[in-house]
Amino acid sequence: MIFNKRLVLAHFWLAFIAFGAAILLGEWQMFIRSPLHGWLRNADLYYRSVTAHGTVMGYVFPTLVAMGFGYAVSELSLGRSLIGPRWAWAGFILIVIGSVVASVPIAMGLDSVLYTFYPPMIGHASYYLGVVLVVVGSWIWVALMGVNMYAWKKANPGKPVPLPMFATVAGAFLWGWTAVGAAAELLFQILPVALGFSSTINAGLARVLFSWTLHAIVYFWLMPAYIAFYTIVPRAIGGRLYSDTMGRVAFVLFLVFSMPIGIHHLFADPQVGSGFKFLHSVFTAMVSVPTLLTVFTICASVEIASRLRGGKGAFGWVKALPWGNPQMLALALSFVMLGFGGAGGLINMSYQLNSTIHNTQWVTAHFHLIFAGAIVIMYFAIAYDLWPQLTGRAMTDLRLIRTQLWLWFIGMIVLTFPWHYAGLLGVPRRMAYYDYSGPNGHTEAITVIMSVVGGAILVISAALFITVLVRNHRGRTADVAPYTFSRAIHEPKSVHWALNGLGLWVGLMIALTVTNYAFPIWQLIKLHEAQVPAVYVGGDR
Amino acid sequence: MPQPASESPSHSDVAARAERRWAIVMLGIIALLVAMVVFTGLHWAMMPPSRVETVDPATLQLSGEFTEANLGSAVEPDGSVTVRIVGQQYSFTPQCIVVPAGTPVTFRVTSADVIHGLMIMGTNINSMIEPGFISTFKTTFDKPGDHQMPCHEFCGTGHQAMWANVKVVEPSAFTQLADHARRLTCDL
Repeated sequence: MIFNKRLVLAHFWLAFIAFGAAILLGEWQMFIRSPLHGWLRNADLYYRSVTAHGTVMGYVFPTLVAMGFGYAVSELSLGRSLIGPRWAWAGFILIVIGSVVASVPIAMGLDSVLYTFYPPMIGHASYYLGVVLVVVGSWIWVALMGVNMYAWKKANPGKPVPLPMFATVAGAFLWGWTAVGAAAELLFQILPVALGFSSTINAGLARVLFSWTLHAIVYFWLMPAYIAFYTIVPRAIGGRLYSDTMGRVAFVLFLVFSMPIGIHHLFADPQVGSGFKFLHSVFTAMVSVPTLLTVFTICASVEIASRLRGGKGAFGWVKALPWGNPQMLALALSFVMLGFGGAGGLINMSYQLNSTIHNTQWVTAHFHLIFAGAIVIMYFAIAYDLWPQLTGRAMTDLRLIRTQLWLWFIGMIVLTFPWHYAGLLGVPRRMAYYDYSGPNGHTEAITVIMSVVGGAILVISAALFITVLVRNHRGRTADVAPYTFSRAIHEPKSVHWALNGLGLWVGLMIALTVTNYAFPIWQLIKLHEAQVPAVYVGGDR
Repeated sequence: MPQPASESPSHSDVAARAERRWAIVMLGIIALLVAMVVFTGLHWAMMPPSRVETVDPATLQLSGEFTEANLGSAVEPDGSVTVRIVGQQYSFTPQCIVVPAGTPVTFRVTSADVIHGLMIMGTNINSMIEPGFISTFKTTFDKPGDHQMPCHEFCGTGHQAMWANVKVVEPSAFTQLADHARRLTCDL
């Protein structure tokens, strides 16, 4: 059972409230830059909105979901109360303070630098300090996850760590290490300038440090979704997990391979040599391995569920799946979006193809499809699955839940498919307004209008999601069955030490990051002539 | 609960075969993609800007290759063309770039203030522009035509208004223009 229900609920609710506000900003942005609206007089309003939308959706929302889910997984899978609940609350409070400290100056127009920071543009220090507080708050969670797993191992020598906990700790360590890149950029480069201690900054170095965080952060967002694939869905649809070992292998591969690949975001940059660009391109190909393993294992697990229900034939078993079950539906829709998004990702990582789409609307469409699509739909599924445990009330709105999931999927496809196409036409990203009277403007206008419609569908879906959760809180109390995670076909009695702890993999993760990043970073630190004057935004200082 | 698959030997064979096939497909996809990158990179010499060459943005206008009189298209002794561009909040200099079709063109671009980017719509030309660094990339335009060239990286409140044009002309027309000027642009 979940012992610290209020802790978990606080994380999830803050996450979903922030998400609800940021999705409105997102749809406003889609509308305001579309041909349905005239050119925005004060373009800065648009960039404030992009900064807020990105900061909430990229940093605050997924971090809180991962944290709340992590605390729940720790208690449910280890069967004991969390060690260090006061620390957990302290982390939560840091995130609340950080979010406020960051969002107020954004709203005032002092920090329209977008969530990617991009020095030498420098905004008010308050925004950066807020982001640092959010990250520090999440690092408390990272430490707590490690402590809880190792305390349990000590008390249960020789027993395999439950897969959900193993995966959660892998995700926590991944985040702890990948956040170091952006943290170094903020602490050693941006904040000294924002606080007035220095007036020059190496913009090329800042981009390299940020890339260390920028790619692996996606895998941190992804972890809760993958944990749900392996440990929730097979149980929820009445099947078995095909392989416990495969799950562990996938999670440790993410840990090792998601970090040393970030320079694929910098293919078009002048400050990194082609050797390291190629190296990172190859490693990016490697990080598709754990996803492809997951697709195999989860499809096999789902097939087992179907055959246990009497599904027959090479493809006939698909029909026998419990399609009315929200977990089944969420998984299927997530996989479809993951398939399209992943294919787009393979294009992005291919050096030359990337030059067609770099910094176009294609890129925004890509990460919305992967993150807001494939991953966030599993956040919904996780919430639906855990809520009865948290409220002690049964989830009764199954129809509404299915509608919500379908609308999210449809909205995301309608939003992102035309958006990808706009990128292929060469429409750049992040523009407050756009001249649709130019050559090709008519085609571009249609794609953007379609995306506005997709965004509106997503807003409706998000509202339904909140409604379902609120209605559950008000529902009748019920006897909620004890929570379980999926059981593997062959439940592990003992697991090889390498797959029962993360020491080896954390070592490899750090070693590979150093191999792939040390030289470019060192080279840029030594380039003193690349220190350029800061350009302050947001009025007089 | 009924025992699922893989209990009898024949079933575990089926599972092992499926796993093996999946592994082969997986490795095949990855090998193909990497091979494609290597092939196009070497064979077409399609490489991103990667020279790690620095320049001081504070003195661009005073001396060196990015002074205003030196911007635009220059004909090199070997007949190729070098285009020098500076990006600043919120315009490119020159605003209209003229290049010949069917001729090797080298772009050298830098920024006078913040991070910018450029892409030439309808082509594969796409590069970041960063203060302190020079982006160098080569191309050959296959036919005459007009292209738009937006800044594609957020560079401040006026970012959406930062556009330039690229005019690709017949080589003969370009030669005529080049007879009259040391550096060419189609700025009005």
